Amino acid sequence: MTASAIRRALLLGILGLFILFLYGPTLTILVLSFQGPDGGLTFPMNGFSVHWFRRLFETQAVGDFGGSLMRSFSLAAMVMVTTVVVSLAAGMAFRRRFKGSGALFTLSVASLIIPSILVSLGVGLLFNQLGLDPDWYSSAFGAQLTWTLPFGLLIMFAVFNRFNRAWEEAARDQGATPWQSFRHVVLPIITPSVIGIALFGFTLSYDEFARTLLTAGSDNTLPLEIFGMTTSVTTPVLYALGTLTTVFSFVLILGTLVIVRVLAARRA
Amino acid sequence: MLAPARTERVVSSPARARPAPRTRLALSRRMLTFLQAAPLAAVLIVFLLVPMLVIVVVSFFDYDSVQIIPSFQFTNYTDVLGSAVTWRTYLNTFRYTVIVWAITAVLGFTVAYVLAFEIRSRTAQMVLFLVCTVPFLTSNIIRMISWIPFLGREGLLNSALMKLGLIHQPLEFLLFSDFAVVLAYTHLYALFMVTPIFNTMMRIDRRLLEAALDGGAGWWRTVFEVILPLSKSGLAIGSIFVVTMVMGDFITVRLMSGGQSASVGLMIANQISLLQYPAACANAVVLLAIVLMMIAAILRIVDIRKEL
Repeated sequence: MTASAIRRALLLGILGLFILFLYGPTLTILVLSFQGPDGGLTFPMNGFSVHWFRRLFETQAVGDFGGSLMRSFSLAAMVMVTTVVVSLAAGMAFRRRFKGSGALFTLSVASLIIPSILVSLGVGLLFNQLGLDPDWYSSAFGAQLTWTLPFGLLIMFAVFNRFNRAWEEAARDQGATPWQSFRHVVLPIITPSVIGIALFGFTLSYDEFARTLLTAGSDNTLPLEIFGMTTSVTTPVLYALGTLTTVFSFVLILGTLVIVRVLAARRA
Repeated sequence: MLAPARTERVVSSPARARPAPRTRLALSRRMLTFLQAAPLAAVLIVFLLVPMLVIVVVSFFDYDSVQIIPSFQFTNYTDVLGSAVTWRTYLNTFRYTVIVWAITAVLGFTVAYVLAFEIRSRTAQMVLFLVCTVPFLTSNIIRMISWIPFLGREGLLNSALMKLGLIHQPLEFLLFSDFAVVLAYTHLYALFMVTPIFNTMMRIDRRLLEAALDGGAGWWRTVFEVILPLSKSGLAIGSIFVVTMVMGDFITVRLMSGGQSASVGLMIANQISLLQYPAACANAVVLLAIVLMMIAAILRIVDIRKEL
């Protein structure tokens, strides 16, 4: 073997180890969530069962699994729709220079780099000072948008940087109104990216913890519920919950990828 | 790339449209742009700008055990800056940040390099890139919890090492320690380095590498004197993400150190749970100032504007 072949093998090995590092622990809890009824938090496996998944749906085992799941799901759907519409509109606006565009861009970037706990604290205090009760659909919704919108906007920037304006000019030359050129020319071309933004919006909201912590009010979202469990629950029911939400995220991500592929194949 | 069928469809549908009145167009265009940007501006003003101002205002308030009292005093700041605990906590947070930054930078650069330059097939490249980014879209808390069966006293690592005869007693420092905290940070945030560096690397003109190799530069020199300088902006963006996330974190430290270590974020979270909001706000203002200074320092070293 030549030196470069050895080096290449080493480098590919590093990539393999990195992927193992990313996924290994998750796979471990996936296996352990199928512990037998007498099994513990670590190996060895003490039998094999779906006992802990069944326990998940008994309200005594976990605080309020069903309710928090529903809230997280609704909130994620709200954040997803809002993120798509608002960042798509803003992405269109940023293609032209407008008064305050620099300030708005700075604010968007600041939104990404200000620590989540500060957003949580600030929004919580704001509601408190206004005499409003924080709730998952109001304060937590807004706090999560400060995280998902800048991501959506950055994706839109990446899209429009590579966008060929000749298509729109052609549409305009044919007499299309701005709305028609958006609806029939721009939107079909950027649809895969828009779906990507939807995926980001949903999953980032669904898993968000720090920004929800002080803004969700009295009803927990799923990540808050899981966090509460980490201190009180010492059975594999914790892993069952982890497995369930991770599988859900993966189904969502793979489903989205399939949709994007199908759309791309249809257009080609 | 562009199939004729698509050209047909894209151009034909608006062709049926009736021509737009051009005179009002310029004015309504500007209105339209404002309307398009308005929702984003509204959300960021209400849920980011105003809350940050509230934090600054409340940081000057007074408080007792039950409520916060509007006032204008610097006690919260003198308390924060005058306490040895605060300084130790900041020092500890900086330590985490520096260590995690160094590890994720080296790891992120290496992984991005392999993805961008060693994987030749375009499909394999995109698939592997997705594999490396997907965990970003799954729950951070679950990803932290998943280290427990690995690192615990009776965890996989300890039992493997015992079986191999390398150790005779389980290593205690694996879980609930600084080691576990740094490991979890690396696990959670390495992706934030890989992605921007990979994006920058994909834009490097491959002919430069050939030229370097043809000119007699070895592999190491090509990597360090051609690829590394050209990947600086991606590295800077990744660094900004990692630095701000570690500086502001509290949940990883709480979960993975088992309550044995502190960070600024955790200190703020504790003050909040004790309802000491003005103290938490003063701490928050100090933290924000420091984070912004760190970002400014990164941006002074590397110009990332061409990335945006």
